[in-house]
Amino acid sequence: MTSRPVLTPAGDTASSPAGVTPLSPLPDEPLRLTFRQRLSRWDVRFAPYLYISPFFLLFLVVGMFPLVFTGWVSVHEWSLIGGKGEFVGLDNYRAVFEDRYFWRALRNTVSIFLLSSIPQVLIALLLAGLLDTTLRGRTFWRMSILLPFVVAPAAVALIFGNLFGDRYGLINSALDVVGIDAIAWHVNTLASHVAIASMVNWRWTGYNALILLAAMQAVPRDLYESASIDGAGRVRQFFSITVPMVKPTLIFVIITSTIGGLQIFTEARLFDNVGLGGSDRQWQTVTLYLWELGWRLRNLGMASAVAWLLFVFICLVALLNLYLSRRIAGGVGRRVTR
Amino acid sequence: MSRRPGFLVYGLLTAFVLGSAGPLYWSLLVGSHEKDVVTKRVPPLLPGGHFFDNAQRVFETVDFWKALANSLVVSTVCATSVVFFCTLAGYAFAKLRFRGRDGLLVFVVATLAVPTQLGVIPLFIQMAELGWTGTLWAVMVPTLVTAFGVFWMRQYLVDAIPDELIDAARVDGCSQFRIYWNVAVPAARPAAAILWLFTFMTVWTDFFWPMIALPATNPTVQIALQQLQSGYYVDYSLVLCAAVLSTVPLLALFVLTGRQLVAGIMQGAVKG
Repeated sequence: MTSRPVLTPAGDTASSPAGVTPLSPLPDEPLRLTFRQRLSRWDVRFAPYLYISPFFLLFLVVGMFPLVFTGWVSVHEWSLIGGKGEFVGLDNYRAVFEDRYFWRALRNTVSIFLLSSIPQVLIALLLAGLLDTTLRGRTFWRMSILLPFVVAPAAVALIFGNLFGDRYGLINSALDVVGIDAIAWHVNTLASHVAIASMVNWRWTGYNALILLAAMQAVPRDLYESASIDGAGRVRQFFSITVPMVKPTLIFVIITSTIGGLQIFTEARLFDNVGLGGSDRQWQTVTLYLWELGWRLRNLGMASAVAWLLFVFICLVALLNLYLSRRIAGGVGRRVTR
Repeated sequence: MSRRPGFLVYGLLTAFVLGSAGPLYWSLLVGSHEKDVVTKRVPPLLPGGHFFDNAQRVFETVDFWKALANSLVVSTVCATSVVFFCTLAGYAFAKLRFRGRDGLLVFVVATLAVPTQLGVIPLFIQMAELGWTGTLWAVMVPTLVTAFGVFWMRQYLVDAIPDELIDAARVDGCSQFRIYWNVAVPAARPAAAILWLFTFMTVWTDFFWPMIALPATNPTVQIALQQLQSGYYVDYSLVLCAAVLSTVPLLALFVLTGRQLVAGIMQGAVKG
């Protein structure tokens, strides 16, 4: 990551202030470090650790420790009110696996995740391609597509909850004009997933498009020139040059949207006024399920088991994703080099 | 360049922009009419004159002033703290030589991929034991310094400060902290500004953790929104008026600094 030598002993750098000594106005002084010099040597050696320590301390306390401790809570009876109870082994996990709402939440999460991340990445790619041209008013277009990013997920959920209203929603009114029957967005499982995914897509597509646009602008322009000389059209150029060239960034976008997409909470919680994911938990995500277990049913032990399971699941999906996107994008890359 | 865009490109982009602004405009429409507006078959096209009536009802229904003040405090404190500590750590990673530096930096980047949200249960237990649940401390402390910020500042500072400058300052007898303060901080200003903005927005829009850590009596803006919506009957003029009110501060920031925000996202992409 850095071009600098890795294992420079700290002593080397520490010698630089000491190296001042020969130049100092008192060269005849015995070679003994003054308090100030010693202090400065300590300063050089330990200041870097001092500077990076806030991050590591805080991560240890609010990041690492809670994740590990979740495992400890998950093998105990642990109530929100009463605190720690008996050691119960894997009973919490068994209870989770036997709860049909867990499986439903898992299904909902995967479904909402697929409905949000796949269109999102594809549209962001297209949008970035549109922006990667010699547009008039570049800043205006870029800022405009970033606008949804300033709207908080909670506000997005309220707005879309209204737009996707079952009785008076704007979307159903629009469908009515076209002659399509009203859709029960808050009843039908798939419809509710589409509605929630559209909130995520609305907020994040522009943001991801800007990231992809940055990568696209780093593609050398003469590649396109030689491609047009060879007779490749705009579309062909996009798929044979642009997409393979932005592959690393694309993988980055896919991985981050995976990690976020599998933890969707706010949009699902605020999609209706009850906040538990529907009368039959049609759109309850795993994070929402975790919250219901922990803070409604006050069972922190079982909620911790869910947290651990979700953690493992996210890691697995992220790895699978990395593998798949490398292969898919790699295939395109090979076609170009031919 | 030969890639001059035609009507198709402008048309598609216009469609995207309308789609981006549409829902926000819709919430302004509903939030500025009386509450029966949602039942009308043909919705109005222009904002009505009831925005301030609705806003007044928002402030009467929940303690929205307190929510705004809380959000402002939490976002400002976190953004400022993140900028200070991340610049310090980013500077150390970019410009100082110490044993284990590269390994530690890899560790920082790796933590970006850890879904720390899943540690909420022990975090909640910890905060409860410290007596911090219900106070703003519980919301602020986990975000006082972030891995993203450390990495972001490191990436910027590695090219922004010439090594000779630091060596010269050291020869002149500057302490490490003075070098940081007099050399690194001025050089870091552009990146620090973007990091401040980003952190402010992230903390302002956060919902999950504040909802768990704060009681109904001490909400942030996002929690107040949820309270407005959670009644048996949802009055959408009220709720969407509040949605607009909660977005106005960020919208103002966006209008003032959107250019830098765009540049920041794009820089982060190339360097990250």
